Amino acid sequence: MVGERSGSTGGLVIEGLRVDVEATGHAVVDEVSLRVPAGRVLGLVGESGSGKTTVGLAVLGHARRGVRIARGEVRCAEVDVLALDDAGRRALRGGRVSYVPQDPASALNPALRIGVQLREVLEAHDFGGSSAAREARLAEMMAEVMLPGDADYLARYPHQLSGGQQQRVGLAMAFACRPSVLVLDEPTTGLDVSTQAHVLETVRDLTRRHGVAALYITHDLAVVADLADDVAVMYAGRIVERGTVRGIFAAPSHPYTRQLVAAAPDIAGKERIVGLVGRAPAPGRRPVGCAFAPRCSLATDECRAAFPPVVSVAADHEARCIHARPGALARPPLGASAAREEGNVTLSVEGLSASYTGVQVVHDVSFEVSRGECLAIVGESGSGKTTVSRCIGGLHKEWVGTVRLGWATLERDARRRALQQRLGIQYVFQNPYGSLNPRRTVGATIRRPLVLAGVDDATADRTVAETLERVALTASYANRYPDQLSGGERQRVAIARALAHRPDVLVCDEITSALDVVVQAAIVELLAALRRDLGLSMLFVTHNLPLVRSIADSVVVMSEGRIVERGSAARVIDAQQEEYTRRLISDTPSIVRALA
Amino acid sequence: MSAPATGSPVAGASGAAAMDEHRPSVWRAALGMARTRVGIALAGLLGLVALVGPWLAPFGEQEFVDMPSTRDVPGTLLGTDYFGQDVLSRFLYGGRSILVLALAATALGVAMGSSLGMYAAYRRGRVDEAIMRALDVILSFPQVLLSLVVITMFGASAWLIVGTVALSTTPRVARIVRGAAISVVERDFIAAADALGEPRPRIVFAEILPNVAASVLVEANLRLTYAIGLIASLAFLGFTPNPNAANWGLMVQENRSSLAEQPWGTLLPTLAIALLTIGTGLIGDGLARATAGIDRGRAQD
Amino acid sequence: MPIVKFVARRTLYGLASLVVVSVLIFAFTQAIPSDPAAAILGREATPESLDALREQFGLNDPLHVQFLHWIGGVLTGDLGTSFATQLPVADYIGPRVGNSLFLLLCGALASIPLSVAIGAYAALRRDRGFDTATSIGSLVLAAMPEFVVGTLLVMFLATNVAQWLPAVTYLEVGAPPWSDWSGLVLPVATLVISVAPYVARVMRASMVEVLESDYIEMARLKGMSERVVLWRHGFPNAVGPIFQVVALNLAYLAGGVVVVERLFNFPGIGSALADAVQTRDLPVMQFIALVIAAVYVLTNLLADLGTVLVTPRLRTRLR
Repeated sequence: MVGERSGSTGGLVIEGLRVDVEATGHAVVDEVSLRVPAGRVLGLVGESGSGKTTVGLAVLGHARRGVRIARGEVRCAEVDVLALDDAGRRALRGGRVSYVPQDPASALNPALRIGVQLREVLEAHDFGGSSAAREARLAEMMAEVMLPGDADYLARYPHQLSGGQQQRVGLAMAFACRPSVLVLDEPTTGLDVSTQAHVLETVRDLTRRHGVAALYITHDLAVVADLADDVAVMYAGRIVERGTVRGIFAAPSHPYTRQLVAAAPDIAGKERIVGLVGRAPAPGRRPVGCAFAPRCSLATDECRAAFPPVVSVAADHEARCIHARPGALARPPLGASAAREEGNVTLSVEGLSASYTGVQVVHDVSFEVSRGECLAIVGESGSGKTTVSRCIGGLHKEWVGTVRLGWATLERDARRRALQQRLGIQYVFQNPYGSLNPRRTVGATIRRPLVLAGVDDATADRTVAETLERVALTASYANRYPDQLSGGERQRVAIARALAHRPDVLVCDEITSALDVVVQAAIVELLAALRRDLGLSMLFVTHNLPLVRSIADSVVVMSEGRIVERGSAARVIDAQQEEYTRRLISDTPSIVRALA
Repeated sequence: MSAPATGSPVAGASGAAAMDEHRPSVWRAALGMARTRVGIALAGLLGLVALVGPWLAPFGEQEFVDMPSTRDVPGTLLGTDYFGQDVLSRFLYGGRSILVLALAATALGVAMGSSLGMYAAYRRGRVDEAIMRALDVILSFPQVLLSLVVITMFGASAWLIVGTVALSTTPRVARIVRGAAISVVERDFIAAADALGEPRPRIVFAEILPNVAASVLVEANLRLTYAIGLIASLAFLGFTPNPNAANWGLMVQENRSSLAEQPWGTLLPTLAIALLTIGTGLIGDGLARATAGIDRGRAQD
Repeated sequence: MPIVKFVARRTLYGLASLVVVSVLIFAFTQAIPSDPAAAILGREATPESLDALREQFGLNDPLHVQFLHWIGGVLTGDLGTSFATQLPVADYIGPRVGNSLFLLLCGALASIPLSVAIGAYAALRRDRGFDTATSIGSLVLAAMPEFVVGTLLVMFLATNVAQWLPAVTYLEVGAPPWSDWSGLVLPVATLVISVAPYVARVMRASMVEVLESDYIEMARLKGMSERVVLWRHGFPNAVGPIFQVVALNLAYLAGGVVVVERLFNFPGIGSALADAVQTRDLPVMQFIALVIAAVYVLTNLLADLGTVLVTPRLRTRLR
């Protein structure tokens, strides 16, 4: 067991928790047992749909509409949460147990001033017993999260705050009544790395200082390595492995955890990321035995017969796998791609400046991409990186400068470019759930560029089948609709559409940011294979600096619409020259650095 | 439409036997609801009466039968109306023109409104602004008023009634469809089509329309309900293509002063219009719920 | 004061659209192929008397002069003379405008609180008995046109089934509209039944969306009581969209009164309009159309103002 059982006054204990879908009785999460001693942080990691938020809400005795807590026990600081009546739970929530939501922008009430929303927590729990004591606590809280506490600031509405400030208000609200247990549900998702670093620092500081037992829910392994003491890994509604941070990351034992760790890009890593195809089964579709068995290379009949028992791997480290063995997956080392043809420039951008309704957001950006090269444009939100890619794709029209494909200068608007130019630059979008027409089959979607190019029917059919196979799907996918596919499969289809008519340049706009980490790694592997096999040039736009190592030859770092640094990927990450880049890299959490 | 069972490298490796089914059509989901089925039964029954009624009527449309406004007239089932005509026959004759005009007006109004709405949403900016402001002007005339003014100008011909009702329907449909299309237009598959240089009409009708079809369907049903009500109301106010012809709305006006002696002349057409509009209303609500359910399912992906 | 600026800007916009609408009304009514002079004088008309009457009404002037004359008259309170009744339009229509506005006001005051309450409560009791019942009930009532609702009310409450209320209004033109209370009940009830279901449905949808939101879940996870969750966190966010819907429905009612007034012989602008259409009484039609358009513009202005006032995101942007 993780942590000490004896003498744990307070802290969080979950025992045999099961949450069901009300209508069908299928388990969303099952057999979840966790222990978080006071003053420690447990990182609960898993991909979307693994049930980690459901566990987090159950700690507060809350289940969302349509699901119910079926059985199990939750004890927060010695209080049996699930045995409480409504009034008891109200007293507990916000008092002894607090919750920090994923998206502060939607979790703060848009119609109420933040002062009102902060004070009402103190009032509801009658903190301090007097209004003077509460005002003093309010000022203290604001100072703890490093926000101004004056009347003017407290009179603001949530929309008048930045994302980082909103999350600080969320933290202040959570710490208001000095809770013993804290649940943080991906509180830094959507924040820039520097803001994330500040929020994590505040969380670390406050939990240590006040002896809070914190459950930190996230999909980001590097954040867990940076912040947590212990880790639990969830897959398809169950805890598959748990241990200390060092135990889990240095010696992952469950095959899924090994894949997860191997798929996580790291800013200080020296190895390539390795992906895994397929997806976790949804509630109601989970097999009798181990839910990971269908994707597992070690699976045997025994795995499929029954859910495996707990296997102790080391002290404070256990996994639910009969094949559990400590040790990380072997990965190939990072190295330069051989595909790049220096001097054979496919795409060149000179003096590109772009505006939105008259406000300039991109200033004088220039770069070149050679045949077979992958250039990454890296920047935080608002850096102008996506605007640059949209100008190149002819989707944004308000720009000046010169963009050349081969020798030809491109028009601003895609509609005014020649057909061959439109087909020559292909754009892959961020969100695979939005980039495919849901009313059209995969085959019909991939065919469109071919039809526009005037390819005959038989050739088009053959090309669709070939392209699907090239992105590691089968020709039978042509008859499916996007809603029958997983996120990773959809992104493969979007890539297939871009590849169908053999483009010169592929513009990839944050194409992995909506995907789970193992699927992201699989897509990155696919892109590397495509460059190698087709000699494709690529522009890879991302906010994810660690990912750049695994995909790009060279990097352009953008900030506030300007290029601040450029060079080979290894040079920019390992020997950056600019202060901005240095800060960006030091603010990025890293597993390698955390274990060092 | 359904998923092929064959595996793939990806699906095969994952062994994900439970491949998602393609979501069912809005119609199929709506038919699963009791209210839709009740609606279809009501609207179907009244629609049938309106369409085939004239062939079943025992007397002629304008045939004098007996003393006016009498309940018990031998040879008739329900007695005579204010003019001594057979109530049942007048009723059987009186639905067809309302239903046909309403269907024509709705079809025209929905076609114009959804095309304009989709195009405005797709082009955005000044084109959008111009289209929607122009439609707002039509909207500032209440439907009844607009129809009255136009009918006064040119007389109450069938085509004019269809035209004015369609005209007053257009901006309302356009608003709803534009709203639905805006969220579609913002999705990247439209940007992908733009980047490929797909022709604009193709983007509107092949990319956007299939994705707002459910909203258009729901709106068409709602508009049909209102068109029936509006055309019947105009008849009630005395504006029909032919003032002597039987018409449910007009029947209410003609017979309501003798409500105490002969309630059938008023009750029958009133109930007919009520049940017909309730029927189409229920169908529309079933469709709306089905659409919302399907959208909710998609949002959870 | 940013809010004053906002109101001023919206008022200007409203006035501009009224000008556009008045031009359209004038153009429409002028296009009506009729000679009011001939209509009024009938068979006794001689060319001389026709010409004199046309001269008297200014019908021989060029169109733009007629328009300016008309709009100038509207602004100075001189609304011209009704062709049909030979009365000054102000005397003929004035009391009727008051009657109709009173009817509209009664309908709005009765329907808005009722429908907001029903909608909000249905959202709280989502998918349970009350919600299902009001959902079906509102659907049924909203589908029927006003004259059908009114006729059914008359049959049930005033003639065939029970005789509790008068089937028509006995209101003298010029008498205050509240002098015949019992005669007001059925017209007002008809208006309420045609509008309330729609507003209730929008309120329900809006409240359901709010109750599903993250900030409501967060309020519960902070330990707020259900009362605070609903009234402090839920309701203020749910009423925002209601203003627009209410405005839309008031404007709709302004048209709906034509039918309702006709049905109950209520002496308002609606029945006057129906008469004016039949007699082709241009000055009366023009003025009534302008009044209805003004009601539309005004309710939209108030709705925009209301929405802005209850939505901090919009309100703070004014600064």
